[in-house]
This record gives sequence, C-alpha cells and structure tokens, in this order.
Amino acid sequence: MAGISVDTGKCIGSAQCVLAAPDVFDQDDDGFVVVLDDSPSGAAEAAARTARGLCPAQAISVHD
Amino acid sequence: MTSTDLVPFMLRRPGAPFPPPEYADFRERPGLVKAALPSGETVWLVTRHEEVRSVLTDPRISSNPTHEGFPRPSRTVGAPSADDVPGWFVSLDPPDHNRFRKALIPEFTVRRIRSLRPAVEEIVDRSIDQMTAKGDSADLVEDFSLSVPSLVISSLLGVPKVDRDFFEEKTKVLVTLTSTDEERDKASEHLLRYINRLISIKSKRPGDDLISKLLQGGLLTPQELSGVAMLLLIAGHETTANNISLGVVTLLQQKQWIGDERAIEELLRYHSVADLVALRVAVEDVEIGGQLVRKGEGIVPLVAGANHDPEVFERPHEFDPSRSATGHVAFGYGVHQCLGQNLVRLEMDVAYRGLFQRLPNLEIAVPLEELQFKYDGVLFGLHALPVRW
Repeated sequence: MAGISVDTGKCIGSAQCVLAAPDVFDQDDDGFVVVLDDSPSGAAEAAARTARGLCPAQAISVHD
Repeated sequence: MTSTDLVPFMLRRPGAPFPPPEYADFRERPGLVKAALPSGETVWLVTRHEEVRSVLTDPRISSNPTHEGFPRPSRTVGAPSADDVPGWFVSLDPPDHNRFRKALIPEFTVRRIRSLRPAVEEIVDRSIDQMTAKGDSADLVEDFSLSVPSLVISSLLGVPKVDRDFFEEKTKVLVTLTSTDEERDKASEHLLRYINRLISIKSKRPGDDLISKLLQGGLLTPQELSGVAMLLLIAGHETTANNISLGVVTLLQQKQWIGDERAIEELLRYHSVADLVALRVAVEDVEIGGQLVRKGEGIVPLVAGANHDPEVFERPHEFDPSRSATGHVAFGYGVHQCLGQNLVRLEMDVAYRGLFQRLPNLEIAVPLEELQFKYDGVLFGLHALPVRW
C-alpha cells in the first residue's frame, strides 16, 4: 500500500492521471485533480505510480 | 564547439524515413547537438526522452518568444508572442500562463471530452457521406482529415451550423501548401473578424459552447478570448488532420491493429507529428544532459527524438500497439502539454471506426513511395492521401 498526495497548485488538468489510474484520481468541475483513493494497493497502486510518471506538471507524490 | 560540429536545423528530406535517422546518432552523443538555422543563428537540439522532459519542465527555460535568443527558424516556424496576439498563451510562462490554462481546463476534462463523442461521430459520419457522394475515390486529407477537426473545433467554439462551411473553407486555406502568403493572411483576417463577431454575439446571447462559457467565467477579456479561439483552431486543426491521415496509412499497412484501442497511443508516439513545435530559450544558464546552455541560447526539444528513444521504447521504429506507448511526449510535457490531447484521441478513434467500418475496402490509390509527406513544414504529415474504396 502506498500513500498518494497531490499538489493542486501545480495541477494543469491534463487528466493523464485520470486516464492511467481512474480508481485513484478524478477531476473536479474545474478540471483539477481529486484523489479518490489516497492509499491504493495492488493494481491501483501500480497505476498510481504510472500516473505519477505521466503527470506533465509533476503534481503527484507516492509515499511508501 | 567548432562550426564543423554544426548540423542543419531541418533534417527531414524526401525519401528518408521520419524521424530523421540522424536523431539516433544525436542521442548517442554526449551533451546536446548544436544546429544552424537558415539565418546563421544556432540552437541546441535535444533528442533523448529524459532530457526533452527536463527541458519542458525547467523553470529556467522559457516559451516566451520576446526573450532574446528565442529560436526563429523561419517565417512559418515560430510562434507569435502574447504581446502580438493577446490570448496567445502558449507563448507565456507561469505565472502569466496559469490564468489561461485555468480558464480552459474545465472545457477539456475527460468527462467533458467523453460527452462530445456523439457530436464527433455525427461529424465523422457526415464527412464520410460527403466524401463518398462524390464517387469511389478521394483525397483523404482534403475531403476528410482536414474537415473533421475543423468541424469539431467549430462545434466546440459554438460556430452556428450555417457558418461551418465558411469556417472550414478559411481554415483549410491556412494549412494548404499551395496557398500563397497573401491568401493565408486574408483567410486569417477573415477568421479573426468572424471570431470577434461570434464573441460579440455570444456575449449577448450565450449558448452551451466554449466561447460563451469563457465569457461567463470572466477570467479572460473578450480580446484575449479571440486570441485563445484562434490558438485553439490553429493548434487543433492541422495537427489532428496529420495524425488522422498518417494513421490511416499505417493501419492499412498493418490491418491487424484496426479496431484495437491501443493503436491510438502508439500512432501518436510513432508519428510524433509535432516534432518541431516546442521552441524554447534559456533565461538563465542551465545544464541539460551534461551540456551547459547559456542564458539567451535557443533550445529545440525534438519530440520525435524522445518518442523513438530506445531507452524508453524498445524497437522504437516498429509500430507495435501491444507495447505501452504511454509516456510518449507527442503532446509535449510540462505546463504547456497539449490541452486538447484527449479530444485528439477521441477524434482519431471515431475517425478510424467510421472509415474502416463504413469503407471496409478502403485502400491507398497510389504506390506508397509516391505519397507526398510534409518534409517542409513545422508539422509532419501528408500533403495529400489518394484513396479509393
């Protein structure tokens, strides 16, 4: 299990995280990232790590 | 570095593969590669995936063409600044850039783009109807690939249906090779005038479209909004058209991938049409990949180089949708990463479904070696794609 946090000040709403890890991330009405699951495990955790790498604004942190 | 180390800026040439084979050699070299622009000025070329991403996220590297040393490869390659065109936010750095991005992202969320699918399907269907009504062959670029994104953008902006032919005709002039500079300037002027009129109409009678919502949002002035609308049009038209056309060629070569959802991401990586789009300048001394880049030196991160970097994508020159192509930088990276990327994915998906389902015998009507690729433009693509069905 990993801990997920996001820096909404950095988020640019590219939605790469929503596409890569839809169980962990979503977008609010303004388009900014929302964390749905801040401690994912298994496949969702792996997807969240992928999302961290894809985020163009480097707004996602994964804490072990 | 001596002048003999300089390479030419434009490395594409007829008959050679794209991306240019030189990129593989550049990735092997230590540091960066210095290229000469036609003007005699020099820029740094960046070809490795990791370094392209660093350049596009480093706050010491700017997108603002008003900075000394910003690359100006030619009249057609090079961005206007936000000083020239208010609302031209791709030419702004944070924090000036943030207000524009913030205003626009609600219109490009995953949910919002998914809701556009029926509208895009209708546009694709109608474009195929019109193309097939003319006979059993066509130039796919002219009759389909350019029409679809133009109609999608006009629908997004809230251009009334009766004006869409006008809008499409003018936007085509902007991206057609045979247009003269005068024709292009005139079309651009007509479009800008039209968009300004549309903004004034929408401010009195708002609808459910991007222009109305941005007017109501109040984050942008009407003048900025007109620049934003032009930018969305220019950014979303030829790029998408090139992706659609090149994708048809590639999928017809490897038909087993038609209908496979993974093909879209791999097509984006494989073709990397916007190789020369991201121009940058260092506004402080910065080290990139072991290379010292001085303040005021131009930098060109080559996205096709990054997307064919074997460190990240094995067998990069093979089209293989079974790989994980995510992580490509076909849409750039950093705060300027393409706002419309999910719309492009949707348009490509709907376009291929429509074409290959309705025209199962679709084929290229000329030998492959006769296809006219865009070796001379900023964007890679096809000038024409003769097809029959």
